[in-house]
Amino acid sequence: MTKVFGSFVANDHIDLTIEPGEIHALLGENGAGKSTMMNVLYGLYDADGGDILIDDEPVKFSGPGDAVAAGIGMVHQHFMLVPVFTVAESVALGYEPTKSLGLLDIAEARKKVTEISSRFNFNIDPDALIEDLPVGAQQRVEIIKALSRDAEILILDEPTAVLTPQETDELISIMRQLKEQGTSIVFITHKLREVRAIADSITVIRRGKIVGEASPDSTETELASQMVGRAVSLTTEKDDADPGDATFQVRNLTVVDKAENVVVDDVSFDVRRGEILAVAGVQGNGQTELAETIIGLTEPRLGTITLDGKSLGGASVKDRLGAGIGFVPEDRSTDGIIAEFAIRDNMILDVYDREPYAKGLNLRSKTITAEAKKKVEEFDIRLGSVVDPISTLSGGNQQKVVLSRELGRELRLFIASQPTRGLDVGSIEFVHKRVIAERDSGTPCIIVSTELDEVYGLADRIAVMYSGRIVGVVGADTSREALGLMMAGVPADEALAATTGTSDGSDHAQAATDEAGTAATAAGTADDDSATTSAEETK
Amino acid sequence: MTTDISPAAPSAAPPPESEAEDGKQQTLLQEILSGSWLVSLLAIVLALLLGGVLIAVSNAEVVAAAENFFAAPGEFFSTLFSTIGNAYSALFRGAVFDWDARTAERAIRPLTESMVSGTPLILTGLGIALAFRCGLFNIGGQGQVILGATIAGFLGYALPLPPVVHMLVAVLGGIIGGAIWAGIAGVLKARTGANEVIVTIMLNSIAGYALGYLLKQNWFTHTTSANPQSRVIDDSSQMFLLLPAPFRLHFGFIIAILATIFVWWLLDRSTIGFEFKAVGANPHAARTAGISVSKVTIIVMIVAGALAGLGGAAQVLGTEYKLTGGISGSIGFDAITVALLGRSKPLGTFLAGLLFGAFKAGGYLMQSQTGTPIDIVLVVQSVIVLLIAAPPLVRSIFRLPTPVLKRKED
Repeated sequence: MTKVFGSFVANDHIDLTIEPGEIHALLGENGAGKSTMMNVLYGLYDADGGDILIDDEPVKFSGPGDAVAAGIGMVHQHFMLVPVFTVAESVALGYEPTKSLGLLDIAEARKKVTEISSRFNFNIDPDALIEDLPVGAQQRVEIIKALSRDAEILILDEPTAVLTPQETDELISIMRQLKEQGTSIVFITHKLREVRAIADSITVIRRGKIVGEASPDSTETELASQMVGRAVSLTTEKDDADPGDATFQVRNLTVVDKAENVVVDDVSFDVRRGEILAVAGVQGNGQTELAETIIGLTEPRLGTITLDGKSLGGASVKDRLGAGIGFVPEDRSTDGIIAEFAIRDNMILDVYDREPYAKGLNLRSKTITAEAKKKVEEFDIRLGSVVDPISTLSGGNQQKVVLSRELGRELRLFIASQPTRGLDVGSIEFVHKRVIAERDSGTPCIIVSTELDEVYGLADRIAVMYSGRIVGVVGADTSREALGLMMAGVPADEALAATTGTSDGSDHAQAATDEAGTAATAAGTADDDSATTSAEETK
Repeated sequence: MTTDISPAAPSAAPPPESEAEDGKQQTLLQEILSGSWLVSLLAIVLALLLGGVLIAVSNAEVVAAAENFFAAPGEFFSTLFSTIGNAYSALFRGAVFDWDARTAERAIRPLTESMVSGTPLILTGLGIALAFRCGLFNIGGQGQVILGATIAGFLGYALPLPPVVHMLVAVLGGIIGGAIWAGIAGVLKARTGANEVIVTIMLNSIAGYALGYLLKQNWFTHTTSANPQSRVIDDSSQMFLLLPAPFRLHFGFIIAILATIFVWWLLDRSTIGFEFKAVGANPHAARTAGISVSKVTIIVMIVAGALAGLGGAAQVLGTEYKLTGGISGSIGFDAITVALLGRSKPLGTFLAGLLFGAFKAGGYLMQSQTGTPIDIVLVVQSVIVLLIAAPPLVRSIFRLPTPVLKRKED
């Protein structure tokens, strides 16, 4: 079976071949183009060039229905299930087995669920309601759904992103069984440990291009460097930090999400005046929640946040902004700007009621426009007019508007989440320069980023987060390999020990690889321990 | 003419000065062509055309002439146009200026009557429009009008107060009544997430039936009559007339003008309005910017309800002078239409309110003089809203360019 496929906007001439009965991992960072590519395969998007071949036959999908008919099943990152349906109804949805008179043959669907469920020991009750099932079971329903339509190729898009470690292990064993039955699996992920555990072959994608094939025998260190890529290293010029007092402190911060999962787990750190602390980590390891808790969007369950000697506990977002925190949210279009608002109004979004923009209850339109024009100059924002809606700007310029707002006042702390996500190289450089300028003016800065390039470009110190904990705080001179291991949960000292020497020469490389393997196993064990501990804490 | 409707090119380099000027003019032209006010205007024209068809169909003479169409096509068309022309000219004479009137007073009276009918629509419409702009569907105009009218009316005959003061107290009571009624929906929405549409609809029913109950209680109505209606309000609490006797134009119209200016200031010039609009457009960003979404939700509903309550007060203190079960008429629902037609802008709502007032005033004359059922006017109103709700429909009928698509950040 061959699939050739190329030249999609987010995918630049990508060729991919999947053999029958293999688990093929597609590895890449966020936004590398993995999901786009799979959506093309599944018929959700149209390819702008290239072909898809199944058993050497070119096929054309005009929708997911065609893809399903051709034997491709997909389990999306966000499940496509109706919460109030039963399992059997969910599985029937989309192809609906019918009896005479067009009645829905739910018995047939139920039988199918039971049959597939027992074949793979899924243990799923066909009459259970979707909304009552845990996430892992919902995922299995999605898999059953795909299999019930005789899928020969199963695409799993970031399947472990939402799973607990135990559920992940279960999923991995399910994938092994499927493989034994001859199903090919495309496994999209950025988690190295899982790839090594299960994949038969690995394709690494970076920025829409295939950067190489890797074998599952590769170490996590090798995979990490391949995934992150060294080629494009943004060298941001900056002087050494001249850190002052630690005016911002976080102690034993614990945050619990709505489903009572611990998302930030007993985190403590300091940020000093005039330094940038980068919070690195794979997406979804608690960094977002950490940033939102600092600005006050989320209430912590435990722990304290102190700025300039004053506790921020119980303070509203407005109080915190007033206390001098500048915040660049992760999701710019949702949280950072109001698309319908004029550019100048977006520039005062969180300072609209302060001098000089307002006098009493009156907005001072002229001042707002004048200040906006000044910022447009200063931040080199390319626009037609400051009264145009901000939605007319490119992502990079929108982000500059956000930065001009947050950096345009005296700050006591600056937090930016993914400040350069989705930006072009020029804008990234500009953003980095402004952040460093803010640091040099003595503001403590926290940069949350999943991009290692960015972390290295900005950080004076790096805090690595993994499943809600800070694995370690290390210097900016730590190697990428060590950082990669820490992002997979390996403690700082082990990661450092495992990776010293790799750069010395090939002689040591083998030894280091072995060590890395051991370290990864150790990390696995450590995970289980921490999971248990946090579970106990929640109780 | 081909119009560039594609979204702005991402991260385009700044165009040279001259090009930027061109671009600006292009945008201006585009804004005028795709401007929503033009759509509103065209919607009214289309609705009137459709109304014309209905007038023709419902007219016996036209139908008779149609049967003889092949024998006398000329007669058919003359009957057709004269029927529609008569109906609409009666509508116009009843609503704006009656050139057939014997006295100058009578000739301009229709315009003032339109203002009188428009007053509660403008006030209530402003309340609905304000909520729309803040992302809230206040369907409860009816209930808020009833509450406003009930309290204003009751204070109007129950309190012994000197003139003007009495009126102002009653008006204030109406404002508070509407504000509380809408505030209930606001608090429920902010605290429990209850859908404001459902809550306000239910509050409409409650207000309607509560008034029905009160009108049967003698302590409330201050009458001994068995009719479900109240005593006439004191002269001291009536909204004074702006013009001498045959005219009914009252102080409420001044209030409507002031309220329009107030809402404009609130939305476009105040920090409160900035919060309102921010929450309406993107509650996530508003929250991140330190704006309390629940506080804003409650305040918006209170202000909206206050405006609707004012509309109810103007109706009872300026026009009706007593409380009846039908005091609110269909003001609360027409006001939704008015707000939609006015694009939820203060001036637009004001003008739309006047237009609907004119339809109401003119409809009577049209019915009495030409026998055209007043229901036609209701159909025209409904068609306007229908077309407003589907701007692409109007655009495609008149082949207007689609407005510049807003670029969505992915």
